[in-house]
Amino acid sequence: MEWYLPLIWAAVIGTAVVMYVIMDGFDLGIGILFPTARNESERDQMTRSIAPYWDGNETWLVLGGAGLFVAFPKAYAVIMPALYLPVIVMLIALVFRGVAFEFRHVSYSKTGWNIGFFVSSTVATVAQGVVLGGLIQGISVRDGAFSGGPFDWATPFAFACGLSLVAGYALLGATWLTMKTEGPVAERARGQAKMLLVAVLVFMALVSLWTPLKQPRIAERWFSLPNFYFLWPVPFVTALIAYYAWRWIEAGREVPPFLATIALFLLGFLGLVISNFPYLVPPSLTVWDTAATPASQIFMLLGTLLLLPIVLGYIGFVYWLFRGKVREGESYH
Amino acid sequence: MDFDPVLLARLQFAFTIIFHIIFPSFTIGLSAYLATLGCLWLRSGNDRFQHLMRFWTKIFAVSFAMGVVSGIVLSYQLGTNWSRFSVVTGNVLGPLLGYEVLAAFFLEATFLGILLFGFNRVPPWLYVLSAAAVAVGTAISAFWILSANSWMQTPAGHELRGGIAYPRDWLTIIFNPSFPYRFAHMLNAAYLTTGFVVLAVGARYLLAGRHIEEARTMLRMAIGLTAVLAPLQLLLGDQHGLNTLQYQPIKVAAMEAHWDGSKPGDFHIFAWPDEEAGVNRFAISIPRGSSLVLTHHMNGLFPGLSSVPASDRPPVKVVFFAFRIMLAIGSFMIAAAMYGAYLWWRGTLFETRWYLRVMAQSWWIGFVAVISGWVVTESGRQPWIVHGILRTADATSPVPGASIAGTLALFVIAYGIVFWFGIYYINRLIAHGPQKVAAETGRFSPSPISAAQDTGREALQR
Ligand code: HDD
Ligand code: HEM
Ligand code: HEM
Repeated sequence: MEWYLPLIWAAVIGTAVVMYVIMDGFDLGIGILFPTARNESERDQMTRSIAPYWDGNETWLVLGGAGLFVAFPKAYAVIMPALYLPVIVMLIALVFRGVAFEFRHVSYSKTGWNIGFFVSSTVATVAQGVVLGGLIQGISVRDGAFSGGPFDWATPFAFACGLSLVAGYALLGATWLTMKTEGPVAERARGQAKMLLVAVLVFMALVSLWTPLKQPRIAERWFSLPNFYFLWPVPFVTALIAYYAWRWIEAGREVPPFLATIALFLLGFLGLVISNFPYLVPPSLTVWDTAATPASQIFMLLGTLLLLPIVLGYIGFVYWLFRGKVREGESYH
Repeated sequence: MDFDPVLLARLQFAFTIIFHIIFPSFTIGLSAYLATLGCLWLRSGNDRFQHLMRFWTKIFAVSFAMGVVSGIVLSYQLGTNWSRFSVVTGNVLGPLLGYEVLAAFFLEATFLGILLFGFNRVPPWLYVLSAAAVAVGTAISAFWILSANSWMQTPAGHELRGGIAYPRDWLTIIFNPSFPYRFAHMLNAAYLTTGFVVLAVGARYLLAGRHIEEARTMLRMAIGLTAVLAPLQLLLGDQHGLNTLQYQPIKVAAMEAHWDGSKPGDFHIFAWPDEEAGVNRFAISIPRGSSLVLTHHMNGLFPGLSSVPASDRPPVKVVFFAFRIMLAIGSFMIAAAMYGAYLWWRGTLFETRWYLRVMAQSWWIGFVAVISGWVVTESGRQPWIVHGILRTADATSPVPGASIAGTLALFVIAYGIVFWFGIYYINRLIAHGPQKVAAETGRFSPSPISAAQDTGREALQR
């Protein structure tokens, strides 16, 4: 039990993070693509395609954070101080994103909040990528507490991760728009999706090569035998899905490109897990080092098993309720 | 430059959580009000209730958004500002917050989607049910977070090993000694706060001679509610204080600025506590008032501040004055609600303009009372972050003061902008008022506020 529980919890938190990245990913992606819209009515169409969901989508971020606090308090207590500045910048950007979304509809001149929506979505995304990069490149720990400086995270690698995530979220946003809207917005999104797909692949390749070059332990993980025999399918499947995603976008398909993008994200996440397991705070603290006491993990796990299916049930219901496309000009003017 | 990281971390946390609590105090009450209006609409079929519900829903949307985004900040700040606290209490507090997310936040956020955008897509009963789900969600959220906070005031059900708290009995942890009082007092505070906002808006319309029917309904509902809840709050607060006296006597001593425990306590209407000398200056007091309230006895004794070393005392002035503000507002609320009920009974409520004018200006009193109450509770707990277990000074993160100062400045700027725009937009929504046409034009609207703006424009063009 003592051995399994942290693994189960790592899986639960991994799920929350993946859910967040995908679901708020397309919200943030739409913010990133905002300046490419031609006029106010197109921008309304874009925001309307996510209006009923964005609040629920963002809640996965709270589950991720709270989950870390519940199950791995010692990791939470190291990661947050270590990545203090990017985390706070991300939070403030998310504050602006959320209110810009609501406020742009009330103000007489929307331009200010349109810009705010774009800037805050982009900043939040870069900050999330930097947090991820900062985690992968390692955090210095002494006696179970963070022992580095306030700018340890600020490396070219971390910023490369930030830009990769911008491309990734924008791709999610573009394929979401292809799926959920009609007219010029959907048309333009299709063109953007192609470019973004290329960008995402370039960034994925860059980060995938940079990581093992920087971290011998990760190179060892992937390229030592026999690991390599088991792991080569990961890049292979990624390439295959990317190829099909391209074909589907070309063919004007609506739903498959979005699903393919999700698959790319899942594979990227799988790659991360392979590289870093069992470390939660690379390169020193594992899931077992940082786990909460079993009594707490079990108590919360029971609640999760009971409540998460209900939560997923009504989230699914709301997505179903607002199914269908947002039509062109189906806005409030 | 030299920054004190502990002080800055406290300032930053106090700033962001005070900003946050403004919105829950309103949305907990308002969502319950929306659900009530919805039920009345379903039962009576009277469209007035529906117009009111749709009107307040727009205001709810803006407040809720600000509550959510500021709350997300908090859930990460426990780690960024108080990492040592997270390690010491994670085993116990973690699950309480986890349950809050799973049982409450998803419920609110998801059904909010239906409440804001589903009016033309779902049958009326499901629309009203969504409002009720949001209201229940906010109350559950308050349940868990207050349980966590109460455990920090009166820890129970745990054991300490190597300085780290481990859970022993979850029920004792959740229902720790101060929790029932705090939950009742805070929930009631949220309903009262909302009641006075609704009262103010109704009074404002009546004075302007607009939306007369809706305004009267708002006034009646608000006075009916507050006339019961305001006196109840006094009762709950009194019981809460007795409980605090039992578990955190020094906090109570600070609330009453009571220094010498060997003498009965006076109730100071005003005083200037001198923390250096350990006496009160310029005191205007009711002799033995505090002893009477706290011990139900003229000569009753309770511990004084001087019984502990200065390093174990909370900041007396802060606690003392914040408590006075809460009491003053509480008394004003009782008087206002009772007088309103009296006018209603006399049948002159809608014509007594001076009363309406005062009430129209009183929308903010609940918020100030809530913030003062929390300052009493949290500052009164100092120097402890978890009473008797961990001191605030030992709970911080290894983050340099300059980082905290920089981000504090960012928070002040960002929240400043968001707050003033939010107030400005809410005020504009209120100025537009409930719209009778809005509900019938089955048009999908991307945001509740935009719907408000449209109908506002329509009304102007007409
Ligand atoms: C789950 C925990 C929790 C909850 C529900 C609250 N607080 Fe708190 N509060 C803390 C956890 C905390 C804390 C992390 O424990 C702090 C930081 C420093 C301290 O002593 O306690 C704190 C400090 C703190 C301070 C600074 C006190 C001082 O340092 O002198 C203020 C003014 C407030 N809080 C106000 C509030 C308000 C307005 C709340 C209403 C929502 C609130 N607190 C709920
Ligand atoms: C340390 C203290 C606190 C933390 C960490 C915290 C955390 C949060 C978070 C993360 C959210 C956003 C949830 C979402 O995405 O929907 C939130 C919202 C909310 N919080 Fe807090 N909170 C704190 C204090 C309080 C207190 C004391 C109350 C009530 C008594 C409260 C009541 C609410 C409510 C009702 C919401 C829903 C949003 C709204 O109504 O505006 N919170 N909180
Ligand atoms: C009228 C008489 C009132 C009395 C005697 C009273 C008493 C108290 C006491 C003793 C506390 C501190 C408890 C502790 O820290 O252990 C408290 C806290 C608080 N009060 Fe009041 N109160 C009154 C009115 C109000 C009103 C009108 C509001 C708001 C509308 C309010 C909101 C709060 C809040 C939010 C807290 C902090 C949370 C808590 O500890 O419950 N109170 N009150």
